[in-house]
Amino acid sequence: MRTITYSEALNEALHEEMQKDGNIVLLGEDIGQYGGVFKVTKNLFEEFGAKRVVDTPISENGFIGMGLGAAMTGLRPVTELMWIDFAMVAMDQIVNQVAKMKYMSGGQVNVPMVIRTQEGAGRGNGAQHSQSLESMFAQVPGLKVVSPSNPYDAKGMLKSAIRDEAPVLFIENKLLYFTKGEVPEQEYTVTLDKASVIRNGEDVTIIANSRMVHFAQEAAEELKQDGISAEVIDLRSISPIDMDTILTSVKKTCRVVLVHEAHRSFGWGAELVARIQKEAFDYLDTPIERVASEDVPFPYSLKLEKEVMPQVQDIVRVVKGM
Amino acid sequence: MNVQVKRPNRLNIESLKVGYETMLRIRRFEEACIELYKQGLMGGSLHSYTGQEAIATGFGMNLEQTDYITMTYRGRGHAIAKGAQEKKLLAEMLGRVDGYCHGKGGPMHITSVENGILGANGIVGAGIPIAVGAAFSAQYRETSQVAVTYFGDGAINQGVFHEAINMAALWDLPVVFVCENNLYSEMTPLHESVKNQNLAERGFGYGVEGIVVDGNDLEAVYHAANEAVSKARAGKGPTLIEAKTYRTEGHMYGDSETYRTKEEVEAWRKKDPILQLEARLEQELADFHKYKQELEGRIAQHLTEAIQFAKESPEPNEQDLFEGVL
Ligand SMILES: Cc1ncc(C[n+]2csc(CCOP(=O)(O)OP(=O)(O)O)c2C)c(N)n1
Ligand SMILES: [Mg+2]
Repeated sequence: MRTITYSEALNEALHEEMQKDGNIVLLGEDIGQYGGVFKVTKNLFEEFGAKRVVDTPISENGFIGMGLGAAMTGLRPVTELMWIDFAMVAMDQIVNQVAKMKYMSGGQVNVPMVIRTQEGAGRGNGAQHSQSLESMFAQVPGLKVVSPSNPYDAKGMLKSAIRDEAPVLFIENKLLYFTKGEVPEQEYTVTLDKASVIRNGEDVTIIANSRMVHFAQEAAEELKQDGISAEVIDLRSISPIDMDTILTSVKKTCRVVLVHEAHRSFGWGAELVARIQKEAFDYLDTPIERVASEDVPFPYSLKLEKEVMPQVQDIVRVVKGM
Repeated sequence: MNVQVKRPNRLNIESLKVGYETMLRIRRFEEACIELYKQGLMGGSLHSYTGQEAIATGFGMNLEQTDYITMTYRGRGHAIAKGAQEKKLLAEMLGRVDGYCHGKGGPMHITSVENGILGANGIVGAGIPIAVGAAFSAQYRETSQVAVTYFGDGAINQGVFHEAINMAALWDLPVVFVCENNLYSEMTPLHESVKNQNLAERGFGYGVEGIVVDGNDLEAVYHAANEAVSKARAGKGPTLIEAKTYRTEGHMYGDSETYRTKEEVEAWRKKDPILQLEARLEQELADFHKYKQELEGRIAQHLTEAIQFAKESPEPNEQDLFEGVL
């Protein structure tokens, strides 16, 4: 099978869906002629024109609100927040408006809107450009929150997100854009609400999302050398959480490690701990462990940043200590 | 830069009667709400539109059912002027299943998509970009629909107003920004929030025509609305209209109103939009008093039925609770 980058995979998803459905319109900063700072919208302006690939002023709250108004009146907007950190200036529209409009209206309208954005540390971007904020949004009923870890899922899930009638916060990762993976030429989609077991194992279940899935895989390889068989689950969807896949694995391995780049406290790991202990308490041989970013803002120093973020060795160490 | 002040043109008697009926319906509706609120039949706070009826009415008369509006928590007047029915509005006010939002939206979130009402809003200023998005959608789909967004003199200080009007100007979107300047944002007088004499001036900063109109004069509002809506419909972009008005009730029911004097309120009551329109109608109609009596009777009857409908409507059940989240 051919291999393409995560960024190219996303670009293909947008391209194919826009060809199929004339009501899809893109709104965001520098996404037009420039093609997006991570090249996700490359060439779309040339193909679909300024009418469908709209460069907005730097007005995140404003254009997310516009996306909502457009979604309520027949369009399928795919909006782009260049960095998830910038979603903080659009919190009113995302949390109070987009997520609640269908419910508040008593189900009168769907909001078929995608908010694409990217998160993650590891690039020395400092405290305001490195956060992983998915857990914050997963707290809000009315939003789907997903974070694909590879090109195949990125393309298939973006297509599903665009076709979904509910608003989807689609979180990419800045350090995955130029990683490659197998993506078939033919049409496919990936459902939004399923976790994926990407490695089978017997002794421990490692659950991770986004870039941390790759760290979990590496850790599992290393653990294998020491005779420890780790199962790795790519969570993919933060909201809703696919508990079936998780519980099946937990009941087999009886040990769980949760890995996320979001800060440890109040991250989605905490939610999973609560749910797993409730549903599978008798199966657990050890307390559930979390490997997550420290509860400090991301420092600029690359050395310190590395210490804040989870590393492969942290996962290995935690598993061995169980 | 000077804002343009719109003087009223005369409306014909038929239009005056249409406007009068709508304004009276809104006034009586709002009065009925206060009674129901006092009886403990509503949750939250109740924000009355009394005194500002000419604005929603003058605009509503220039809009089609397919046009869009967004408005504030003070939004039942805008809804009625855009075609909403009293009985479904009241059922929503009482949190009942027959309300527009099946009892899950409430007074601050009145929405009726079939009437182009894309939502009242509990967040000051938040409806503005949503209307701009609807205008974007209308332009994209090449319909001749127009969006109108109603907001207050307080809301014009929200960043999102500035973001939204800039984009509307940039893309010539068919939207009209209607700032209902009632001189207070909650309990804060206008001059403690802004330096501008006229809020409409702010349009010019974005390349948008700013117009001031007497918001208590139906004919003045009607003509300003007519021009701005026609301009938007013709693809010539947005307008910012500042309608100067006054809310004669408190910010919400129970407001102690310590921030303003009784004299000030009394002075504005004399400029009540309904009183002003009645004075006009008296000049035009020989049998005005009989006409008014009949109209009041009809409205009261209609409202009594609506109240009964709302009170008899069931409350939503557990099953409704989890519906319509995603
Ligand atoms: C974002 C936000 N801030 C504050 C409030 C509280 N609040 C509700 S109404 C209001 C005043 C708004 O004044 P204005 O825009 O002039 O509208 P009016 O009530 O006079 O119609 C305030 C501060 C709110 N609902 N939302
Ligand atoms: Mg005000």
